[in-house]
Amino acid sequence: MSTQPPQQETDESTAETSAEPETESTSPGQQKRAAQKRERANASAQRQAEADAKAKADEETREIKVFRYDPEVEEKQEPRFDTFHVPFTKGMTVLDAVMYARDHYDPSLTFRHSCRQAICGSDAFFVNGRQRLGCKTQVSELDEPIRIEPLPHQDVVKDLVVDMDHFYEEMESVDPYFDPDETPGNDLEEQRQSRANREKVKMSTRCIWCAACFSSCNIAAGDNQYLGPAALNKAYRFAMDEREGESRKQERLETIEQEHGVWRCQTQFSCTNVCPKDIPLTEHIQELKREAVKKNLKFW
Amino acid sequence: MSQSYNRGLIEDFGRWREFSAGMWAWIFHKFTGWVLVGYLFTHIAVLSTAIPAASQDPATLAAGEDIYTTTIVTLESLLLVRILEVGLLAVAVFHILNGLRLLLVDLGIGLDSQDKSFYASLILTGAITVASVPTFIAGAF
Ligand code: HEM
Ligand code: SF4
Ligand code: FES
Repeated sequence: MSTQPPQQETDESTAETSAEPETESTSPGQQKRAAQKRERANASAQRQAEADAKAKADEETREIKVFRYDPEVEEKQEPRFDTFHVPFTKGMTVLDAVMYARDHYDPSLTFRHSCRQAICGSDAFFVNGRQRLGCKTQVSELDEPIRIEPLPHQDVVKDLVVDMDHFYEEMESVDPYFDPDETPGNDLEEQRQSRANREKVKMSTRCIWCAACFSSCNIAAGDNQYLGPAALNKAYRFAMDEREGESRKQERLETIEQEHGVWRCQTQFSCTNVCPKDIPLTEHIQELKREAVKKNLKFW
Repeated sequence: MSQSYNRGLIEDFGRWREFSAGMWAWIFHKFTGWVLVGYLFTHIAVLSTAIPAASQDPATLAAGEDIYTTTIVTLESLLLVRILEVGLLAVAVFHILNGLRLLLVDLGIGLDSQDKSFYASLILTGAITVASVPTFIAGAF
């Protein structure tokens, strides 16, 4: 059974014939087109239901339920879930599955992705109730139907695309770049780091800015100004880098110990649980808390 | 640009089934903490009003008929109060055990096992609570 609503204007065949499905879906006001579209939609829904039934009967498929929402298309202003049956192949990831659905069933299905190898951080989704990186999550490990939603606690722009501006603002606010007190006179001189120090910051350098942690954090959801796990981890990465020097470290600690900094963390471990790069976020935040206390309590 | 859609409450406590150990620990800790505060104030209110009412007469005291004693005896004769006492113990024990867990978390000790220490707190709380039942309920019927 296909749960594709009849209004769905696209499917495999229209995707091939229509040169610009994007423009079509963004100008629903044009009446003639709309009427044509409805006619076509009925036929296409029929075809799609058949293709769907066939795919289901023919080969091993997986059922995915994808969150759909588009404020610019009247029929999609009310959020809903669309069901797709995608042929399963060994090693298939959640990203592969939604890409298949987009390429074969509905080109208007919108989501971000780029590297497909857990490097760019574009495709964090809320999959079966958990923030996961689409390209790093095996379909075979998930219960069916697989529910794929945009990241919670972020505004949805369209389908699986969320507004990342606020997350990026928090990241930028901790000065996420190497900024030593003193640079070598000769610009080309290397600024070496000890192996031990590199080891200390190693995990914290792995962040790919996917916002999975930020989305999982109950505190970040309630306090819009809270820096959040990713930004605090960035601060940790540089505060702990011995090459930056003591005075820069003090400045960094001042940033993270302000009202909406580390002390908001309630050690729920949600961020640590979801981070696709396995960064021990809570551990880093806790260490920053202790550093902040040490900085302010100077009895020795 | 385009307006964006806010999914509201569904993202939060509506998703309690998806909460992980650390989140439950946090919720239970807040809950038990506030229950303890609530109990503390009720406790103070009941006792502080009963104490001045206690009789100064040694004979009344010996007979166990002064208001303080009768207040306590009446309370303890109610099955509901006995059950609430078991609940209070459970709440206090969990808060203490999880409080120790949080102390370790604050010190950065054993963060990888934070979920296990939460489950351990739960199990220990359960065991201690069950073991306390005979003591609390004795003579309630
Ligand atoms: C041995 C006894 C206790 C221990 C080890 C303990 C430990 C803790 C710890 C570590 C926290 C902080 C949780 C966090 O990091 O957010 C906390 C919070 C709290 N405790 Fe206790 N506690 C104890 C007894 C009590 C008692 C007797 C009461 C009530 C009278 C109480 C009321 C609370 C409350 C209300 C909170 C939550 C505060 C908030 O909203 O952040 N605790 N406890
Ligand atoms: S810390 Fe982990 S979960 Fe958070 S943005 Fe970076 S990679 Fe993503
Ligand atoms: S597509 Fe780049 S991280 Fe998944």
